[in-house]
Parts: sequence; structure tokens; C-alpha cells
Amino acid sequence: MSKQTPSQTVGPFYAIGLTRTPMHVMATDATQGERIRIEGQVFDGDGVAIPDVMVEIWQANAYGRYNHPDDKQEKPLDATFTGWGRSGTDDKCFYSFETIKPGPVPGNDDSVQAPHINIVVFARGMLVHTFTRIYFNDEPANENDPVLKSIKNKGRRSTLIAARGERDGKAVYHFDIRLQGENETVFFDM
Amino acid sequence: MNIKPYNPRDWRSHPPYSFKAYGSSVKRGPVKRLVPLKQTLSEITGPLFSDIKLEPGENDLTRDANTGKEALGERIIVVGKVMDEDEQPVPNTLIEIWQANAAGRYHHPVDQHNAPLDPNFTGAGRCVTNEKGEYRYLTIKPGAYPWLNHPNAWRPAHIHLSLFGPSFVTRLVTQFYFPGDPLIPLDPIFNSVPTKGGRDRLMSSYAHDVTESGFALGYRFDIVLRGRKATPFEGPV
Repeated sequence: MSKQTPSQTVGPFYAIGLTRTPMHVMATDATQGERIRIEGQVFDGDGVAIPDVMVEIWQANAYGRYNHPDDKQEKPLDATFTGWGRSGTDDKCFYSFETIKPGPVPGNDDSVQAPHINIVVFARGMLVHTFTRIYFNDEPANENDPVLKSIKNKGRRSTLIAARGERDGKAVYHFDIRLQGENETVFFDM
Repeated sequence: MNIKPYNPRDWRSHPPYSFKAYGSSVKRGPVKRLVPLKQTLSEITGPLFSDIKLEPGENDLTRDANTGKEALGERIIVVGKVMDEDEQPVPNTLIEIWQANAAGRYHHPVDQHNAPLDPNFTGAGRCVTNEKGEYRYLTIKPGAYPWLNHPNAWRPAHIHLSLFGPSFVTRLVTQFYFPGDPLIPLDPIFNSVPTKGGRDRLMSSYAHDVTESGFALGYRFDIVLRGRKATPFEGPV
């Protein structure tokens, strides 16, 4: 048995290797599902928005199927949608994704997970990436989501809920990530 | 639904979020305990990039792909194998690469180190592992460079690598180092790895069998991603 190669920080210059071409537009005109934008900032322990942070997301398509061979559900795949995106930050330290709202996916033990997006956060200063999730504040299914319910401190569940708004007739979900502080986002060990 | 989970992150290999000697880490990682998440379909799937088409030259950082002009510095060939904890190869997986030039300067506007840029070196590349999990690329040995972490701080020469593996949880971003570099024991980013065994796994080794006569020196750096438990741990029977 071999041991895992240790993680190291992406450092301040990750853009050279990772974001020199835009990868945050995940949906085309042909992609099935409701077009949404997700945007927000990532804050450090002093409450300062971090410029050199990178966010990656992974999600199911509008039917609730992942584009991956281990997802053997009989739901349709969408050839125009991989479900993966990556964003650095703009000059106001916002990350953003143009995507579609995912459908619900199965959980363990016959449960159903509310629509959600899986996130990885990398930054200069972060020696090992963090995992978290985005849920949507207009989803009644959040009430029964097994992962949200597994967070014992109920007050912290709200840190995973994105707030729906509208801009130019398009749905925009706002989702900030707080690495530390009073409203520290829930991060998962998975 | 029956799923087959991946092994947990090995916290004897990975650094902690906060490591005082690396000042920037202190305010940039979770303080509260991570919430345990039993893996679901969301975690055991992930982007595969299996139909990715690399442009010619993406695995050769030593020359400008458009002009063919050569970058300055010592040419090196980097090879290695990507595998899981059970030593099974991870085939067809994307590796993204970035690094400083031979003078220790990144092709990035934030890098203000007073060392020359090389017009023929961007320091970015990509490659994909073959069926045996092997990869190979050509680059220039990066230089050491100063940083502001502590007085007279210098990063040892290193190359950044980013890998996905077969699932969302196998993601890895790391840096590897070169044997014999006197700056390594002084580097808080290297030293953030809590065990000697873990730190050793960030070292490349000189590989004379990879060195090409009259052309370039060879280095080997193998990478181990999270493996997968042998049996499903739950689900309806």
C-alpha cells in the first residue's frame, strides 16, 4: 500500500496554470435546465475578501444525473454539459459561474439529496483545499436533505444556502464563503 | 443507492490548514472542526476530462509553441506514475503544470521579483497519463525565488501540479521539489507536511535512466491519489 501524496498550496500564481482560459461558463444555449448565475466572495479570518482564491464546482445536470460512469441512474445525460467549472476572481474579488440549476440526486440509504453543487476552494495560504456545498434557498427539499441534516449545529446549516436574486431577468444566486469567523462556512471532511 | 467510497484524506500526509511558520495560512483555513460527510454519489463522481484534446506542445514547456523559440535554462524531463493507495494506475488523468522560469520569476503580473522574464517561457503546461498511469513532460528547471513570509525567505525550486483523479474527492494540488536543494529544510510550505514520510513524498529523484544523452536531465516524481475501499459500506441490500 502506498501513501497519499501531500497537498501543497496553489500559491499566488496559480492563474498561469489553472485559469488562463475561462472555465466558469458551463452552460451553452442548448443546455437543458434553468439558467443560473452563482457568484460570491471568499473571506479570510479578518473578513477581507480574498483575491487569490480559486473555486471549482461539480454538479449534476438538470435531471439529477452526473456525467460520470459511476452514476448508473437511468436519467438522461446532457451532451452539452459536463457539470464542472472553475473560477478565479474578478477585480472585486468575486468568483462566478454561469450554469444551470441541478436536479436532485440520490443520497445513501434510499434518501434523496436536495439540489446542490459541490465546491472545492483553493487559495494562496491554503495548504490543503476545502470541500463544501451550495444549496438553494428556494428549495423546499432542503428540509429533508441528509447532508444538511447531518450538521448537528443547526445554526450553521444556513452557511450553505445561496440566496436567489435577479439581475437583467436572470436568476443570480449569491453565495459567500467564510473561511473563519462568526459565520464560518461549514466545510466537510469527506 | 449503493456506492463504493474512497479512502479518507490521510491527515498524516496532508498539512494542517493553519501552520504558523507559513503566515498566510493562519487566517485562510477553517478553525471549526470539519463536518464529517459520508460519501454519496456527489463525491464519488467528478470531472474526468476523458475526451480532452491537448494542443501539440502542451507537454513541452521548453519552447514557445507558436514560434518554436527556446526558453533559457537547464532542460529537464519529468516522468512519473500516478497511482492510488493500492498502487493501481490512474490512467487518462489530466495533469496541469505551472512554475517559475530558470531565473525564479513567474510569468504573472503579481510577481514583482527583480529577475528577468523569459519571453519564450510561460511556465504553463498540461499532460495526460497513459493507460499505465505514466506521464512525461519537458520543461526548464525552475529557479529559487524570494518571498515575504519571513526575513530572507526563499522558496526552494519547485513545480506545481494539479490532478483530478477519478472522483470529486481525489482532487490534489501539490508541489514537488528537487533533490539536494539546500533551501528545502528552511521552507515552511514544505515543512507544513506533518511527517517525514509525507515530506519525502514531495521529493522528486534524479533519474539517470530518463536523462537523454546530450539533451536533458531526467527527474522522476510519482503521485499517489486516494484509493477506494474494497467493499461498499452501506446501502440497501
